[in-house]
Amino acid sequence: MDWLENLITAWNGLNANKMRSGLTMLGVIIGVAAVISLLSIGQGVQASITGSLTGAGSNLLFIAPGAYQFGGVQSPSGSAASLTYADAQAVADPRNVPDAALVAPEFTMSTQVVFGSANVNAKVIGITPVYLEVYDLEIVEGRFITEGDVSGREAVAVLGSDTARDLFGGFDPIGQKIKVTIPGVGGGRVSLTVVGVLASKGSSRLGNPDEAIIVPITTAQTKIFDGRNAQGEIIVTSVNVSAASEERVDEVTAQIESLLTRRHGFKPGEETDFSVVTQEDLLATMMQITSILVVFLGAIAAISLLVGGIGIMNIMLVSVTERTREIGLRKAVGARRTDILAQFLLEAIILSLAGGGLGIGLGVGIAKLVAATGAINAVITPQAILLAVGFSMGVGLFFGIYPANRAAGLKPIEALRYE
Amino acid sequence: MIKIQDMTKVYGTGDATVRALDGVSLEIGRGEWVSITGPSGSGKSTLMHIIGCLDTPTSGEYRLNEVEVSGMDDAELATVRNREIGFVFQSFNLLSRVNAMQQVMLPLQYQRGEKRLPRGERAKRARAMLEMVGLKDRLHHQPTELSGGQQQRVAIARALAQQPSILLADEPTGNLDSKSGAEVMDILHRLHREQGLTILVVTHDPMVAAQAQRVIFVQDGRIANTHVNPAQQGGA
Repeated sequence: MDWLENLITAWNGLNANKMRSGLTMLGVIIGVAAVISLLSIGQGVQASITGSLTGAGSNLLFIAPGAYQFGGVQSPSGSAASLTYADAQAVADPRNVPDAALVAPEFTMSTQVVFGSANVNAKVIGITPVYLEVYDLEIVEGRFITEGDVSGREAVAVLGSDTARDLFGGFDPIGQKIKVTIPGVGGGRVSLTVVGVLASKGSSRLGNPDEAIIVPITTAQTKIFDGRNAQGEIIVTSVNVSAASEERVDEVTAQIESLLTRRHGFKPGEETDFSVVTQEDLLATMMQITSILVVFLGAIAAISLLVGGIGIMNIMLVSVTERTREIGLRKAVGARRTDILAQFLLEAIILSLAGGGLGIGLGVGIAKLVAATGAINAVITPQAILLAVGFSMGVGLFFGIYPANRAAGLKPIEALRYE
Repeated sequence: MIKIQDMTKVYGTGDATVRALDGVSLEIGRGEWVSITGPSGSGKSTLMHIIGCLDTPTSGEYRLNEVEVSGMDDAELATVRNREIGFVFQSFNLLSRVNAMQQVMLPLQYQRGEKRLPRGERAKRARAMLEMVGLKDRLHHQPTELSGGQQQRVAIARALAQQPSILLADEPTGNLDSKSGAEVMDILHRLHREQGLTILVVTHDPMVAAQAQRVIFVQDGRIANTHVNPAQQGGA
């Protein structure tokens, strides 16, 4: 009996039991697809977060009010109002922090932005012109905020690309007036003239400017929000600093820490009311969060594999009675043990390969679909595919062959009588 | 053609041993139709399974077509079953969800050596076999679409597809009503008469047993009696 003969026999066997074959394959498909899609999404999230952080330039650091906590950097507008505009100016003084290249104080809060009937909740980022350079932003239309806008507290705004699209749809926003709601009871609205639109950065970078509107920091502090603390000092929500070079990041951190510790009246080594966070710290934190995500998704994927495997096993074991009699009959008409094993091995291989292939297709499809929504990235790694297909094939082969091997070892008459 | 000498078959060990066959000697010639009959547990089925190479004896000699079979291993026995023996079982033992043509082609795919029928000619052989048992218009029916009698006829066609030297039938009418049973027996008679097929039928039904040229009564693992049936002598 040659292999082509075995292959035909295996194919006929599968064909004669489409339901059983289909269900077995379904187990493989679900297992493979779940592993590939979940791992791809996990990897994608990790890659997009870490990628955007490293993409922003690793010579960046941030000064935030309050103590740096796990993940807490995302809301620098937090309760602590300890970081003042005067602090930012002191940091910007090259005599205090000689290794800082650029210092961009920021006052950011979220509020409603209205144009006509369009209404979005956007982050209003109050900045100085140097912000453009720190974050390497580009203007596609109009101009950016100028020194004059800042000193004159001008009611002007530069829109992030998403905000421009959401508020204005297709047409030109330059020169239009948008209204920004002043938070709080009976706040009223501030009217701002759009002077520019930013190019899309297309990333989930912290403080993504795509979904924000950018105004002069003074306008944000005095006209839209209340930018003073209890002592009446003008405050900022964070200060973005770019070091002269990547190698100087540690020096800059030390210089800022010593300066602000002194300015805020703490002793060296004492717990302070501000924190200096480098890109590296953020990266480490994000990696920590996202690896939990990857592990979590991996665990779900592992459960799917297990369930798929149990499904395969179940179908194989349920059909063992019928198949044992089939084996008995085949042996009675002249099949050898090797013929039986070859048939079942090929059946299992066909099912595993077909199921694995469909599973890869489905898994990649799901990952691509999720990526296409734009919400999450997906990175399909060969490791995920290998893991999924390897495991499923292993399960398929084992549970396909193990009962068959046992039955093939029986005397034909015992197999025929098997109940 | 079949020559059995002093055959024993013992099941179990120690106190629980059962001597299913206890020194059986038997000869069956080419073209003969022999029945083996006896009460349940007499050893008649065990004898047939050993003759059919589905089981191996504990001791004794068994020559099939001048070849000693009793010492063969699993693979050699498979080849002997495929070449020399066609089985018909009480419960038909057709593959589920497989049509009649494919049932009949099943033994052909396990053929080895020069007797092996090329793949392209198997369908022709299967069709001829099914025509022979009167199922020309049921070629592509599955077992669930066939009556019991028709299923047993498919089984006969399958048993003869590789042109074996002997047909072994284990209670061939046991699961059939009397009319389909008679039809099945008619087919066996025709094959015996027209093709000189050697037939060995195991049954506890005296009516079925009596249709053979020679009836062997088995009791307690021994041949108790042999009855030559003159009415059937002319068939060979």
